[in-house]
Amino acid sequence: MTYFLQQLINGLQLGFVYALIALGYTMVYGIVRLINFAHGDVFMVGAYLGFFALASWRLPLPVAIIIAMVGCAALGVFIERVAYKPLRRAPRISSLITAIGVSLFLEYFTSLKFVFGPYFRAYPRPFAIRTYNLSGITVSNIQIIVFGVAILLMVALTLFVNRTKTGMAMRAVSFDRDAAALMGINVDNIISVTFGIGAALAGAGGVLYGIAYPQINPFMGIMPGLKAFVAAVLGGIGIIPGAMLGAVIMGIVEKLTEVYISSTLRDAAAFAILIVVLLVRPTGILGKREQEKV
Amino acid sequence: MAAGNKLRIDIGIVMLLIVLGLFAVLEFLIVSGVINPYVHTILCYAGIVVISALGLNLIYGYTGQFSLGHAAFYGIGGYTAALVTRSIAAKGLWVLPVGVLAGALTAGVIALLIGLPILRLKSDYLGIATLGFGMIVNVLFKNSDKLIKAMGGAAGMRGIERLTTFPWVFIFCLGAVIVLRNLVFSGVGRALISIREDELAAEAVGVNATSYKTLGFVIGCMFAGVAGGLYAHLYTYLNPDNFDFLKSIDVLLIVVIGGLGSISGTIIAGAGWAFLLEGLRVILPSAVQEWRMVVYPLVLIVVMLFRSGGIMGGSEFNFLKPQEYRRR
Repeated sequence: MTYFLQQLINGLQLGFVYALIALGYTMVYGIVRLINFAHGDVFMVGAYLGFFALASWRLPLPVAIIIAMVGCAALGVFIERVAYKPLRRAPRISSLITAIGVSLFLEYFTSLKFVFGPYFRAYPRPFAIRTYNLSGITVSNIQIIVFGVAILLMVALTLFVNRTKTGMAMRAVSFDRDAAALMGINVDNIISVTFGIGAALAGAGGVLYGIAYPQINPFMGIMPGLKAFVAAVLGGIGIIPGAMLGAVIMGIVEKLTEVYISSTLRDAAAFAILIVVLLVRPTGILGKREQEKV
Repeated sequence: MAAGNKLRIDIGIVMLLIVLGLFAVLEFLIVSGVINPYVHTILCYAGIVVISALGLNLIYGYTGQFSLGHAAFYGIGGYTAALVTRSIAAKGLWVLPVGVLAGALTAGVIALLIGLPILRLKSDYLGIATLGFGMIVNVLFKNSDKLIKAMGGAAGMRGIERLTTFPWVFIFCLGAVIVLRNLVFSGVGRALISIREDELAAEAVGVNATSYKTLGFVIGCMFAGVAGGLYAHLYTYLNPDNFDFLKSIDVLLIVVIGGLGSISGTIIAGAGWAFLLEGLRVILPSAVQEWRMVVYPLVLIVVMLFRSGGIMGGSEFNFLKPQEYRRR
């Protein structure tokens, strides 16, 4: 039983990292209906920014996280302006293909030798690992940091979306873009803000991922990116609590499969859960069934 | 509608002669050694890519079903064909088509089984579900050696005989074009297109959307199976990584860049894609070799920014259309 609870906590750790990435997917999808394939690579860039901040400039962890968040936010807004904005009136598939292009570009460009280099790098740990024993279950300080930062950011995001004017505008644009524009909301700015916030969360996720699973390379974003996206769909894409719920489920399922069944099947299990859930609830766990208009 | 509901083969005598002429020239250049074995392999690969992409164009371009799992069927076809030809001791020209058709059939049957439940999902959700299916199949390939030793699991399947030659690729490619063309310009094709445009409206005028969607999906996946079978016997080695999520994306890129619902576009984009990626490998000096995969996504982005409908949009070369659709 304690072993099970221990694995649950390990799964939760993974789930919280996924959640930070999944929020960016779900917010962007909610507002422009775009599967932003480049998001996983923004996460990778965040991990590298944190890496340089910690290893080369010897900055403390909170500063490294902030640098990664700011850097990724800038990158996210830049990508949106250059690659997606011109395609706003084009067929949806063209934005998707562009997103794939941006994703491939980020992966291969950053793996050039004068950028990040194609090799794996060991992630620095700015502190000694300590573990705390809570009646049989051990929790490391890394896990506490991951939980703490992720929960802090998610609470901040929820407050931002629900309590501020910009947050209200975001909800309005995602509900009905044209009506929001008629009410005097600058839709382009709101979309940029959404990309920026999503990318910042992914950046923080990148640093946490680096600290928790200490090895990075330019292609590290592909799998976590895909899984976070799947998590967003699992929870009901476009719905912020759904992304968190889906991500936590994904993390736990993956960890439990790895421990109890087989580590080679962990990727398959996560996707199998997705297919089953979609067949029962086609719009995800928290998703509302959309009425078809005739 | 004057076109009627019959499937007809009228590719046109002139066109047939041109195609055969092209084939004769290419085959002569290969046999005489003007085209070296490396280019020959790329040529075959281009044909394989086109077959697979035509299949996805039927699923996504004509029927509007967003599938991100095409590589899974490509892989299923490849592994099945390799297992079948391996088990045939006899030699002969018929060995390859038997293997390839077995691969296509297996891909088709699995597409039917997975398609029936999954095709109820709409747009992006279908995409995600097929993506998930592709991931699962990929994991199964990686663990395949636990079930069938010869499949090699994560290390890959070795020792497949090299049976794929240019004439075979050409025949299958031509066959794929003829089948697809006659399908999409028939009553079935109009039903598929009506589903793409508006499924609810199509249902309202009596199109059985479920069965047509499944039909399109199964045939498209069989194309992928054919391509996989040819691929296996071209490179004589199969690795699960060759059929992962990124390979599905490659096929999607070709279909969209070529133009959704355009056979001509898929042929141009598929062949162009194979030659661009491999061509850059030859042209670029080794010092800038790694820039190949940086240039490629940039080309992709630029094409999308300036021609978001793809190279051909939804249109066709005249010769690929039936008489009554032709411009004069």
